[in-house]
Formats: sequence, structure tokens, C-alpha cells
Amino acid sequence: MSFEQLLQYALSGITNGSIYAIVAIGFNIIYNTTGIINFAQGEFLMLGGMTAISLSSFMPLPLAILAAVVITSFAGALIDFLFIRRLKSPSVLGMVIVTVGLSIVIREIALHIWDEKVRSLPYFTGNEISSINIMGAFISPQVLWVIGVSSVIVVFLGVFFKFTLTGRSMRACASNITAARLCGINARNMVTISFMLSAGIGALAGCVVSPITQTQYDCGTSLAIKGFTVAILGGLGNSTGAVVGGIVIGLLEAFSISVLPLAYKDAVAIAILLIILFVRPSGLLGKKEAAGLKEF
Amino acid sequence: MSLKKIFIVMMCACLIPAAFSCKKQSGETIKIGAIFSVTGPASFLGSPEAKTAKMMIDEINGKGGVNGKELKLIVKDSAGSPEKAISFAKQLIEEDKVFAIIGPSTSGESMKIKSICEEGKTILISCAAAEVIVNPVASYVFKSPQNDRFAAQKIYEVMKKMGITRIGVVSSNDGFGLAGKGQLEKLAPASGITILISEVYDKKATDLTGVLTKLKAKNVQAVVNWSIVPAQSIVAKNMKQLNMKVPLFQSHGFGNIKYVKEAGEAAEGIIFPAGRLLIADSLPDNHPQKALLMKYKNDYESKYGEDASTFGGHAYDSLLILVEAIKKAGADADKEKVRDAIEDLKGLAGTGGIFNFSATDHNGLDINAFEMLTVKGGKFVKYE
Repeated sequence: MSFEQLLQYALSGITNGSIYAIVAIGFNIIYNTTGIINFAQGEFLMLGGMTAISLSSFMPLPLAILAAVVITSFAGALIDFLFIRRLKSPSVLGMVIVTVGLSIVIREIALHIWDEKVRSLPYFTGNEISSINIMGAFISPQVLWVIGVSSVIVVFLGVFFKFTLTGRSMRACASNITAARLCGINARNMVTISFMLSAGIGALAGCVVSPITQTQYDCGTSLAIKGFTVAILGGLGNSTGAVVGGIVIGLLEAFSISVLPLAYKDAVAIAILLIILFVRPSGLLGKKEAAGLKEF
Repeated sequence: MSLKKIFIVMMCACLIPAAFSCKKQSGETIKIGAIFSVTGPASFLGSPEAKTAKMMIDEINGKGGVNGKELKLIVKDSAGSPEKAISFAKQLIEEDKVFAIIGPSTSGESMKIKSICEEGKTILISCAAAEVIVNPVASYVFKSPQNDRFAAQKIYEVMKKMGITRIGVVSSNDGFGLAGKGQLEKLAPASGITILISEVYDKKATDLTGVLTKLKAKNVQAVVNWSIVPAQSIVAKNMKQLNMKVPLFQSHGFGNIKYVKEAGEAAEGIIFPAGRLLIADSLPDNHPQKALLMKYKNDYESKYGEDASTFGGHAYDSLLILVEAIKKAGADADKEKVRDAIEDLKGLAGTGGIFNFSATDHNGLDINAFEMLTVKGGKFVKYE
């Protein structure tokens, strides 16, 4: 294999990997506060993308994306307010089931608001046919946007969870909710904030990947499955881990294509995921102690 | 009043509505079932098909129905799932007792219900393209879209003229993709084409640069993509992004202007076979399909405010074939007579071409139903 081809496969892997990573980050935020996996995360992406596409016909693109992020994060808050908060004695399993149900409801609502057609946002820079030449291999400028936005989100979340009072309160709720309450933290509000934050980040992710993946009412599910896999691989709750996990899976898939038929792509990726999880059950960057504290 | 009288009166009271409903079913309406994937991954097909069918039924009923009977359409949304298609087919045949079924939208679903309709002796006119639906022939199963064999032949004809001999094929892992891949591989040797590489991708694929890199490394002279899914636009975009200069051929599944809009500039120059609906404006006035195509296109576009696609046209043709056969068979014809009448239809102009059915040909279209088209300035034009 020539160097250009090698690089081209690597870039293709990074393209897919960065999409997986940006989805995985959204899972981590809610997990960090509540210890649950929000299976409606993929739907946040779809909502963000769809809202931005609808709004972009009346306003400039950056403004449409901003509005979509705000609207989707309010949708996230509403979901928490209407469903999660109403649970009398919220068990982890109970909340997970609620999110599974919600994902189906949101999908159906989206089908009625929009329709079944595939849409996409315009490319942020250039258009469908522009590509950047990196030493003989080619990459769409939109991929750089995805990578850039994921990095910014990772840094932002790192700072938020480590250094702000709200972020630290959210982490406290995750590790021991009773102790957090005794310290005067309003745990319910923290859950609301985490839903808003992950919905907002999901929406932003949905907008950034829309030119590449295209957006359709049911596009959230398949993105969420890969994102979830990546979140587990990287270590649940760890945003840097999500990026590392995403790129690892992306690269594995791309290089498996170079030697095996495309049809085996997912099988190879999942097989390697399983091997890694046998060796390191808490994921690539997940801490053993942290994993031990969780209910699952 | 004696108990006996009351009993008799009650019996009559029970029988009257039964008698009425019985009369209504056989005398005034003809029930037609429709299975379309209105939502789900194949909604690109099912949605325009369902809209077209509803529009046509309204129009026919507005003109007094067929043979004085009103048509009643029962649309079921299979969401592209063969399992749902099976249960809907059984429901339509056994519970609703429909006269005929049009659809399903995809080849996979059609194959699953082929034997159900055959056993239930209910006419099925599929809106899916794969040739296996009507080959081998099942006596009650027909289809309206053109055969994928002819699409593959048309593509190879153009390749020959362009001097292309070494190609790469990518297709989606659904019924349509696999059937097309099979035809391309079968016909390649006879057309002097060598398929250097043939890859199958997931119908939900969101990025295909990896597999296209593999094609690029093989130095193919052209790429053929065979699918009905939105990935048709992704292939076009990814090829440009990878700086691949070779021409891209698509199947007749590309006959929807939405895919062109999604692919934007990357769609320019794509070559594909399709029915004449997409270039109806530029057909000569004396072309037998011209008037019908223009009417369908204008009706659909003014009613629904979206561009007409060849897929909606398949539903139009399926209904047209059924209605023409019912008219021909006469007012009291049963399913079997109408089935025979379909086999006798000759020279029937539809959106997909001129249908000439026979006992051995349950599709009725030949290679001339296809025209080679290309994309120029964001529009479909005839390829020359």
C-alpha cells in the first residue's frame, strides 16, 4: 500500500471517528450526573440538525445553529421536567427505560413535524466538492470542523466539570447522591442542567455532522449506537476517552476496509471492542474505582 | 307479542345490516390494498407512491369510479420492514379481503409476500424493481418498474461508447442493491467489462470515503453505485472529496431530484438510466407517453408542492394496470378474470414506458423504457 493510500484510509477513519466521538461526548454528560445512559441522545442530534436546517432558510447559518442548540437544550430540560423528575423513586433501570421510550416518541414527533425526507445543512466552508489535499490524500473541510468542534467541547467540559461550582456539584451527585444532598446540592436541578447540556451539545454535534451524514428523522439511532459503543470503549464519563475511543474505532474500521470486504467493517470494530473490554473492563481511559461506584 | 315473534323480529333486525354491508362490499366498491414504506429508510419510495395512489383514487372516484364501482384504497405503512409487509399482506388478504394489492415499495418486501399473494389468489402489482419478483413468473404477481437487467445493459452500452472497460461497483445491502449487483456481475463479461472490485455497504452508511479509497487504489475507470438509499448522494460527495475524476454511474434508483439537491455540485455529471418522467418536458409532442407524463407531473406537483419522482410513477403505473384490467374484464369479473386481463394488456402507456404483458412477461417493459440521463446545472437532462 502506498503512503498516500495509507494516509487516505487514516483520514477516512478520522472522519468517521470524530463523528462517533462527538456523539459519545453527549452520553458522558448525563452519565456523569445521573449514572444513566440516555438512549435518546441520538434524537437530540437529529433534533438539533433538523431545527437548524429549518431555521437556516430564514437566518444566517451561525445564528440558526445557535438557535437550534438553545431550542434543543430547552427540549432536553422539558424532557427532564416532564418525565425524569416525575419518577417517584428513580432507579437507574427505570430512567434508562424512560429514555428508550422517549427516543421512540421524539422520532415519531419529528416524523410529523418534518417528514421522511433527507435534508442537510450546507457545508460550513466550501461546498460538496471542495477538499483539502494533505500530502496526496484528500479530506473534506467539514471533517476539520467536526474535529475542531469536538476538541473545543472536550476542553470546555473538562474545565466545566473540574473548575466550576455547578460542574463539581454535578459530579458530586453522580458519585454519591445522598452525600451531595447533605452538602446542600439540589440534585434534581443538577439532573436538569445535565439534560440541557447534553441536549445542547448533541444539537451542536447534529449540526456539525449534518453536511457529511445528512439528517433524517430516524438518523439518530444508528449514530447513537456507534456513539454508545465509543463511549464504553473510551471509558464511560470520560470525554477525552470518548475522543480517543472514537478515533480508535474509526481507524480500525477504515483499515479493516483496506484488507477485508466492507461488509465486515462493523464486525471487526465490535470484535476489537470486546477484546479491549475483556482486558480493561472500565474502558481505555476509564478509572477502575469510578466504574466500581456505578450501579452498572 | 309472543316470544316467537320477538325472536323473528330480532333475527330480521340482525340480518338487515348484514345484508346491506354485504351488498356494499360486492356491489359498489372495489377494495384495493396498498403496502408502501411511507416512513423508514425506504420512505423516498413509499411516500411519493402513497401520495400518488391517493391522488389517483380520488380522481377515478371523482369521475364515477371503475365500471360504476367506487375504489377504496387501504394504505399500510410497512416502514420498509419485510416482517411488517408480511403481516399487512396477510391482514389485507384475510381480513380486509381486498381485490388486489399494490406495492410494496422495496424488492425485499415484495419477495417476502410473493408466495402469500399467490396462495391467497390476490393480484399483487409490486412497485419494486428487482427482476426476481416476476422471474420465475407467479400467476398473480406483477410489477410495474423496469427490470434492473435493462438498467445494467443501458449503463454498459454507455460505458462501451466511452471506452470504459475496468470498473468498480458499490451497492447497498438491501434487496435492490444485491439484485443490481447480481445483474451487473452477470452481464459484465458479455459486454466486455471487467469488474475489478465489488463492495457492499450498509444502507444506513454515513461516510463512504474508506471504500472509495479502495476503488481509487484499483484505478477503476468508472464507479457504479446501485442503491435506493440516501447514500447515493454520499457516494457522489465522497468521490469529489477524494478527488476521484472518473465518471459515476448510478442505478435507476437515482430518479429523484432530492438526491441531486443533497449532493449539490457533486451531482454534476452523474449518468444513470431512468424512465422518461424526469425529462417529460423535453419529449417530442407526438411521443406516446408525453401527455400522460405531463399530466401526472403537473397534477402531483400542484397537489403536493414537491417534485414528482419516478417512484411515485411506479404506483401510478401499478394502479393504471389494475384499473385498465378491471375495465377490460368487465363489471362482474372476479380476481382470476382480471388477472387474465392484465396478461392481455398491450401497448398501454404508463409513466415507466409502454407495457406489453403476456403470460410469460409479468413486467411488460423492454429496454426502450429506459433513457440515459445525466445531471447538468442541478437538473436532469438526456445524456447524449
